[in-house]
Amino acid sequence: MNSDLTRATATELAEALANKTVSSVEVTQAHLHRIAAVDEQVHAYLHVDAEGALAAARSVDDRRAAGEQLPTLAGVPIAVKDVLATRGMPTTCGSRTLQGWVPPYDATVVARLRAEGLPLLGKTNMDEFAMGSSTEHSAYGPTRNPWDLERIPGGSGGGSSAAVASFQAPLAIGTDTGGSIRQPAAVTGSVGTKPTYGGVSRYGLVALASSLDQAGPCARTVLDTALLHAVMAGHDPMDSTSIDAPVPPVVEAARAGQVRGMKVGVVRELGGAGYQPGVRARFDEAVQLLVQAGAEVLEVSCPSFDYALAAYYLILPSEASSNLAKFDAMRYGLRVAPGGVDDPSAEQVMAASREAGFGPEVKRRIILGTYALSSGYYDAYYGSAQKVRTLIAQDFERAFEQVDVLVSPTAPTTAFRFGDKLDDPMAMYLNDIATIPANLAGVPGMSLPSGLADEDGLPAGIQILAPAMRDERLYSVGAALERALVDRWGGLLLDRVPQLDGTAVKGA
Amino acid sequence: MTTTSTSTDEVMDYDEAIARFDPVMGLEVHVELNTATKMFCGCATAFGAPPNSQVCPVCLGLPGALPVVNATAVESAIRIGLALHCEIAPWCRFARKNYFYPDMPKNFQTSQYDEPISFDGWLDVEVEDGAGGTEIFRVEIERAHMEEDTGKSLHIGGATGRIQGADYSLVDYNRAGIPLIEIVTKPIAGAGERAPEVARAYVSALRDLMRALDVSDVKMEQGSMRCDANVSLRVRAGDGPTSAAQLDVPLGTRTETKNVNSLRSVERAVRYEIARHAAVLAGGGSILQETRHWHEDTGVTTSGREKSDAEDYRYFPEPDLVPVAPSRERVEALRQTLPEPPAERRRRLQTDWGYSDLEMRDVVNAGALELIEQTVALGASAQAARKWWLGEPSRRANGAAQDLVAYAAQLGFAPADVAALEGMVVAGRLNDSMARQVLDGVLDGEGHPVQVADARGLELVQDDAALEAAVEQVIAANPDVADKIRGGKAQAAGALIGQVMKATKGQADAGKARELILAKLQ
Repeated sequence: MNSDLTRATATELAEALANKTVSSVEVTQAHLHRIAAVDEQVHAYLHVDAEGALAAARSVDDRRAAGEQLPTLAGVPIAVKDVLATRGMPTTCGSRTLQGWVPPYDATVVARLRAEGLPLLGKTNMDEFAMGSSTEHSAYGPTRNPWDLERIPGGSGGGSSAAVASFQAPLAIGTDTGGSIRQPAAVTGSVGTKPTYGGVSRYGLVALASSLDQAGPCARTVLDTALLHAVMAGHDPMDSTSIDAPVPPVVEAARAGQVRGMKVGVVRELGGAGYQPGVRARFDEAVQLLVQAGAEVLEVSCPSFDYALAAYYLILPSEASSNLAKFDAMRYGLRVAPGGVDDPSAEQVMAASREAGFGPEVKRRIILGTYALSSGYYDAYYGSAQKVRTLIAQDFERAFEQVDVLVSPTAPTTAFRFGDKLDDPMAMYLNDIATIPANLAGVPGMSLPSGLADEDGLPAGIQILAPAMRDERLYSVGAALERALVDRWGGLLLDRVPQLDGTAVKGA
Repeated sequence: MTTTSTSTDEVMDYDEAIARFDPVMGLEVHVELNTATKMFCGCATAFGAPPNSQVCPVCLGLPGALPVVNATAVESAIRIGLALHCEIAPWCRFARKNYFYPDMPKNFQTSQYDEPISFDGWLDVEVEDGAGGTEIFRVEIERAHMEEDTGKSLHIGGATGRIQGADYSLVDYNRAGIPLIEIVTKPIAGAGERAPEVARAYVSALRDLMRALDVSDVKMEQGSMRCDANVSLRVRAGDGPTSAAQLDVPLGTRTETKNVNSLRSVERAVRYEIARHAAVLAGGGSILQETRHWHEDTGVTTSGREKSDAEDYRYFPEPDLVPVAPSRERVEALRQTLPEPPAERRRRLQTDWGYSDLEMRDVVNAGALELIEQTVALGASAQAARKWWLGEPSRRANGAAQDLVAYAAQLGFAPADVAALEGMVVAGRLNDSMARQVLDGVLDGEGHPVQVADARGLELVQDDAALEAAVEQVIAANPDVADKIRGGKAQAAGALIGQVMKATKGQADAGKARELILAKLQ
């Protein structure tokens, strides 16, 4: 194992912890030092809980010293996206409206992390209420991509992916409503999975779009991702949409990494015009590696995917407009008195607080959603979008009758520069064109690095999609591909990420 | 906006209003279910707990919290639907009703919209037929759907107790998330002048039904049953309210009167709105579609917020919940649990017990039906059971502002006690006055009837010689009264009986004393 504990994978750390060659306090402290050294440049974290993390680490060390048998990842520290409720730790969702809000309860995912003994390093940055693909919509300033600090780390979960990619955490939790785990993984050279909808509890995940949101694992290797996936997943009676079935055998699949005899479908509609040449080149090479590893590759058509983005931007804002109504300054969160009003009514305080507390992207989507649900427009917008959603699910069903998994580039481009798409929402939304169909259909998807694009030397990602509840297939294919790529590269892609220690912000 | 509870609205004389217009009603009744926990979380539902003591992240709508449907509430909803002769949806969803209000934690109410769990039913209600009997009026049910209650606001300061003009407001979220069933009628036409009476009878029949199903406390004064009354008028046509010509006339604009929280208020509010609408329409005005607030004290309604069809709740299916899909077998199993319909049961019991209509009404109004039924089952006569339950226990329950069943239960006073008391009367151990003393003792917590009678030494004097001695003594002491009786005024014996009872410390049989007095003086 690397002598720098922050460079080790979670798998390596877990092994070393189990062998008692290293303590959780040492591992946690190493990451806290790394955060102190580089996060000023990256800004992956909104909140660091050094004290809490070290206390949890000490507890794990004590239990291990006492001879207790501990779960695999016990003692391996982790970062949590700031959209998950953490008891006693601020949870802002990247929004001014929740500045300083400390939940009185843990999200189920967070509770499971604590129960399995993973010290929580802190909360990671994100686009406000997970609306965005760049973290530029965070009320607390953007996160920077460790590959190029002038570029976006993806979004909305840019903080989690950047934390993992800059060795500020071996593992992180993300959430994915339209690609917020997979697209940041792609542009930071890391790995991330959106599990099957219902595979991981949403209890305590501050909802953006309830029917699309899904929490998932972020890490630097496919196996690490699988280990975290296994900790997070499983039925939760507190979430009605949680699936009451055994967790797919993701860890076993990741360890085996076997694609021989599997059928892999390349989605014709995801990868043509609009995709950066370097992204396409790395994708094509990755597909060839799968063929060499024994997979059968064929092209598959999913014609309704062309309407996915349009449907998504009706369903998401509709649900979000309702989910975000609770932020009204009455019970918690930012409260602002309206200017020039002597004796404001509750309604006036609500309006002023929402005006001050929400950023422009959040307001844009609330307005879109409110409009789409309005009487007289409901059928034309929300109703039609739901029909498209059904068609997309049918496209997946037909495709999975022919193949075991589908593949595509994760995002059409590598990381773009800050500000490039901020004033053009459509251009920003197009970043998620390949990831959105999986959310609409509820199927699982993974992104892993496919290499660096020739034109800019930045990471590109390949996306793997599987049928609902067959998450293990992502890991079979992902691990096989990762092995082939690592062989070719002579190490993980992230071994090539610039060192940040003490170096100035890299110029363009 | 109007903020006064005394209205200056003109009203037309009711008879004249009915002579000129045909009233149509729509009643929306909210019933709070008596489940132990809330609709979507595990919080307790007890009434009267300290404010905000029965809350959790779910019912407070904290960020990230999610609802889970209460299976017992769904069961109650299905039973209510079946009892109202509704169809039960094999598959239905919850929907979000979106609007902003401080007592709604999420600023949407999780309700049902176009997919209610039950729909298309009816409930027969009894109204007086004007000839001393009763007549059945069928009220058709549009739907009965599940939803959650909101929190409760208390507006401090200001003249009206409403949010407008208040200095500040307090919100208690204990009520937020309590399971509700909203029962909506189809337009109720054809009632004519009896519309207010039909409205009251309908709400009353619903209340009885909920009690029989044991799904709700249905205490209107505590808000566990609430009624909103929609009223509209249309011009008279044809020869009577049920004539085809009348039913063909399009409905007029309606108002929705809220806050109608007693049976009496339901009747009064409907009657008031009919008279008010009539005055507006007769004066050439038009009715504004709006919410009206009922004022129990002054007996009028005042304008609330305007409510038009333009108000948009942006309903959409609740994505945090999965559909409710009760199997046919489950529905049929629940159908087997339905009680005998209250009206049928009342008719059966009245016949069995030989009560007059008036007696039956008193029993029902006192909430003593079940108590009497159990007492009779323990051997007491129906008349005696009615007499005892409607006497001191009812008086004391009223005094404690409790319903009779709750009062008796709290006291541990059971039908068996009444049966034992009556048993001692029948056996000749106690006379009526002594039995009343025993009852007082039981209600004062001195023990069971036999214990109280023993402890107080209450036992009829069976010794004829002792009684005769007392009678002679009293006659001797009251020669003038005795003369009156001798002169034929038998009713004067009462004064002597009283003295005999006094002399025997109440332990004499008054009937026997009367016989003796009359025998000696006539």
